[in-house]
Amino acid sequence: MTTTEVPARFPVDTPDTDGKRRSEGARAERRLAAMLCAPAVIVMVAVTAYPIGYAIWLSLLRYDLRFPEQSQFVGLDNYVAVLTDQYWWSAFTVTIAITVISVAIELVLGLALALVMHRTIMGRGTVRTVVLIPYGIVTVAAAFSWQYAWTPETGYLAGLLPDGSAPLTEQIPALAIVVLAEVWKTTPFMALLLLAGLALVPDDLLRAAQVDGAGPWQRLTKVILPMMKPAILVALLFRTLDAFRVFDNIYVLTRGNNGTGSVSILGYDNLFGAFNLGIGSAISILTFVCVAIIAFLFVKGFGAAAPGADAERR
Amino acid sequence: MMAVADTPARKAGWSVLNIVVILYALVPVLWITSLSFKTTATVTDGNFVPREWTVANYQGIFATSEFTRALGNSIGIALIATTLAVVIGTMAAYAIARLTFPGKKLLIGVSLLIAMFPQISLVSPLFEIERAIGLFDTWPGLILPYITFSLPLAIYTLSAFFREIPWELEKAAKMDGATPAQAFRSVIVPLAAPGVFTTAILVFIFCWNDFLFAISLTSTEASRTVPAAISNFTGSSQFEEPTGSIAAAAVVITIPIIVFVLLFQRRIVAGLTSGAVKG
Repeated sequence: MTTTEVPARFPVDTPDTDGKRRSEGARAERRLAAMLCAPAVIVMVAVTAYPIGYAIWLSLLRYDLRFPEQSQFVGLDNYVAVLTDQYWWSAFTVTIAITVISVAIELVLGLALALVMHRTIMGRGTVRTVVLIPYGIVTVAAAFSWQYAWTPETGYLAGLLPDGSAPLTEQIPALAIVVLAEVWKTTPFMALLLLAGLALVPDDLLRAAQVDGAGPWQRLTKVILPMMKPAILVALLFRTLDAFRVFDNIYVLTRGNNGTGSVSILGYDNLFGAFNLGIGSAISILTFVCVAIIAFLFVKGFGAAAPGADAERR
Repeated sequence: MMAVADTPARKAGWSVLNIVVILYALVPVLWITSLSFKTTATVTDGNFVPREWTVANYQGIFATSEFTRALGNSIGIALIATTLAVVIGTMAAYAIARLTFPGKKLLIGVSLLIAMFPQISLVSPLFEIERAIGLFDTWPGLILPYITFSLPLAIYTLSAFFREIPWELEKAAKMDGATPAQAFRSVIVPLAAPGVFTTAILVFIFCWNDFLFAISLTSTEASRTVPAAISNFTGSSQFEEPTGSIAAAAVVITIPIIVFVLLFQRRIVAGLTSGAVKG
């Protein structure tokens, strides 16, 4: 989760060791470290590295689970099939739209929420406790709450709409509800990450800005936001990658119908709806590549301000 | 605080803001709770508060093995995965926080990569591999991916906590005559316990929450967890929507989360933001 900033948190300096015993001590230390890290490394490699390699292999096969005996190596055919198919591009567009819109709203709302949590003069504990509920709640449980809220007749929100409208069955309204469900659940997490950044803005600086005649808006845009840049980047990187994987909310809310499926939904449907392991794996790999590109662009685009780089200097 | 007096008007303004935030967070939870207490006759009346209250939905789901087995699976799988992830994570985090060794950056990089991994990319190969080695639709079949995906979180949070521990105290205790075991038990364990506990809560929430692996790597009641079971619920007859049952089941799996949040609010916030920006 917050792992995006890992490099900044770990000390790289060597602990003091006695000069003479250094090499022996260092060797013992390495052995101990190897033993301590081995289980974590083995599990992570066994459950991710090996399967992702296997997924690449599967994506090069024509492999339909209903006709396993007809499997054969087809090279990049699956990728060609996926990339020339309108379903992939529709799912891709939907995923990008959900990601960009929900992350943008979350950033603004999360900042507002962080400011409320940081500055409120009363009930701070209550507010902080309550916002953890959307963070912790099972996504599927929350998604059903939203689904029933917008179901005609059943829902309290559907009643606010004109008669005869069924928002979950139309593309744009349904996607708006998916974004709403995503934003509701993840804004508190965004706010908590931003709150940690907000706590680093010295009150003295704000007071000085105020004395110099800066209004609240200027203090926010000229003092607070620039100082929070590292926190904002960490939160954005993390949430963007997370939003790109959107699955649970769509699965429950629309099942991906009416042009609301994300790339994860498309991959799932090809695997477990059509039993097409070859095509499904190709979609999986393409999703992985998209995530890698997003992560790369973030780190590259922000250069020295990238998560980690900034904190390491301090 | 800024240099402004806490006037009644300011207080009122903050109260309104706080109430907005509280409503924001609670309304969807209250709504699903309300649905779960509605009778079959009133479930489609669209009222936010039930007109007639009933616990029939809860009695209904607890009478079916579909739900009780799933609840057992959810609890068992999440607890085992959490325990293992925290133990393995603690070992690695200790090494990262305290020892010097080659490959440390690589280890951090790899766990960073896994944290960003789209789960869907692993679903197809894991489905194939688990079917081949007989792990499909078993507890270990879910526990393994849960450990893997929670390890980065565990390692990250734990090593952030471990860095804050004043390890010199251990040396001091030994100088005062404590054996290494005593020094570890009475000095280091109490200092490390809060971090380990916080990490366990975060990892548990992650495992409890998972849906994609749960619907992809299970096929029967033997290992299906509650989120997967709920999505499979059908009404007691084909003319009946399972709304009430789904709502009741959703409330049941929300209860542990609410208990955690109420009891450990401070710890969860500390864990989530541990060194996220402090550097």
